[in-house]
Amino acid sequence: MHGMINRAIQCFMRDTYGADTWEKVAEKADLGFDNFEAMLSYPDQITLDVLGRAARQLHKPVETFLEDLGTYLVSHPNVEAIRRLLRFGGENFTEFLFSLNELEGRAQLALPDLEVPTLKVEHIEDGRFRLSCSSAMPGFGYAMVGVMRAMADDYGALVFLEHQGWMDSGEEIITINLLEAAYTEGRSFELSERIGGEL
Amino acid sequence: MTVVRPVTFDAAPFLAFMPMSLVFADSGVILSIGPTLAKLRPAEEMIGKHVTEVFTVRDDGRGQGNGPIPLDTKLYLKFREGVTTRLKGMAASIPGTGVNILNLSFGISIVDAVADYRLTAGDFAHTDLAIEMLYLVEAKSAVMEETKQLNARLQGAKVAAEEQAFTDTLTGLKNRRAMDHVLERMLRTNVPFALMHLDLDYFKSVNDTLGHAAGDTVLQAVAKILMEETRSDDLVARVGGDEFILIYNRFTDHTRLVQTAQRIISRLEVPVPYQDTFCKISGSIGITTTDYYKVPTADGMIHDADLALYSSKYEGRAQATLFDPAVHHDNAVAYDASQDKR
Repeated sequence: MHGMINRAIQCFMRDTYGADTWEKVAEKADLGFDNFEAMLSYPDQITLDVLGRAARQLHKPVETFLEDLGTYLVSHPNVEAIRRLLRFGGENFTEFLFSLNELEGRAQLALPDLEVPTLKVEHIEDGRFRLSCSSAMPGFGYAMVGVMRAMADDYGALVFLEHQGWMDSGEEIITINLLEAAYTEGRSFELSERIGGEL
Repeated sequence: MTVVRPVTFDAAPFLAFMPMSLVFADSGVILSIGPTLAKLRPAEEMIGKHVTEVFTVRDDGRGQGNGPIPLDTKLYLKFREGVTTRLKGMAASIPGTGVNILNLSFGISIVDAVADYRLTAGDFAHTDLAIEMLYLVEAKSAVMEETKQLNARLQGAKVAAEEQAFTDTLTGLKNRRAMDHVLERMLRTNVPFALMHLDLDYFKSVNDTLGHAAGDTVLQAVAKILMEETRSDDLVARVGGDEFILIYNRFTDHTRLVQTAQRIISRLEVPVPYQDTFCKISGSIGITTTDYYKVPTADGMIHDADLALYSSKYEGRAQATLFDPAVHHDNAVAYDASQDKR
């Protein structure tokens, strides 16, 4: 996995549970180092080991851990850049959902080696959408649930999300019920970071 | 009463303005295409065909109108045949003419499209940001490549520096720091292992009579033997002038450990040639294994291997002794190691 992904997992643990927790996980996963470098690549097994150790350390299922990670990526001030890039997707939550179809291509323009899952969003019926997610990293769909939940808050939308499990092909399916597009005001967003000095 | 007027719409200025656009009749039939679009597919493959024959069109269910494709909304298109090339677009009707215009753009497929269709700067509208986008992608890739190389160099330097910090420069064996590190990790992960403490015999007299250069030659020969008597996941560390600690990963068979130690000693006793003479040394060994302890600790094991080593010395050197809790903890420190340095 790309260092960015590993680094995200590390920063999530450090910012949410403290440096001690991260150090324990790094030690138990037998990394042999304390910090992932964002611009290096690591064998996939390392990422899986870290996820497994982290979930055990925090006494929660890996799925929950990944969902919390997804929420963190959008909502924590330390990783504000990710939230901003996702907000480039569209002016409302529906636009954002459809922009996920292009996320892989967009990310690869920036970082060709980054393993972004292939996401496909379809409109099923009024206010109901279906996201399929295929990724080299099993469980990425759970992280997407966290990302979408936090993005819904960001846009001020009220949504109900449900991870439907795995297809035989390894794809994860998530259904999205958009109950109200403008439930709250949401957070403001400007394309230019210079104007959008909300923080 | 409705009057059906003939189509008198002149598309030329629109197509010059938007070289990636096409004009289609209300029926969906393509009437004319812009010059850049003509580079993607020959005009005869498009003109006269229905828009949806040429492209798959998706609008995520948000479009308006009952025409062949939704109007006034963001569209995602792909060619049905050949290179699919994902396109973004928007269609609008031109009032009173019975024709519609569909303007297209590459979106994220721009980088591939420029290569696939050999496009040039002249193929994009002057107001299009495509060239700036391509410029940015190229510049970013160049910088990224440099960063990658820098990362690789720094990573290599870091590994080398760490390696040096853990290596005994004379023999190339690991040093005490490295051993502490490995020992701690093995204890943490509950791996069974054996710890051997080797102290060279008669080394000091080689140093005293033949000089330090001879001593260094001997140490290098010893290092070579110890490396040959261990496997890749074992560890050999030089922890003092003529003291070595060997850690055997997942190897705790007492009989075989003693045999290994005896073989090491007999190999150490093979004289080492130095200039026109030979250096003769031997070694004493103390051994302990994790299975002696409920909770093995680094200090405890090193201490017990030492006690066993002292027994070897006491028994007349050139021996290997296995730690025995009954014997060694009763007669603790029966032997004064300082007297051996002769």
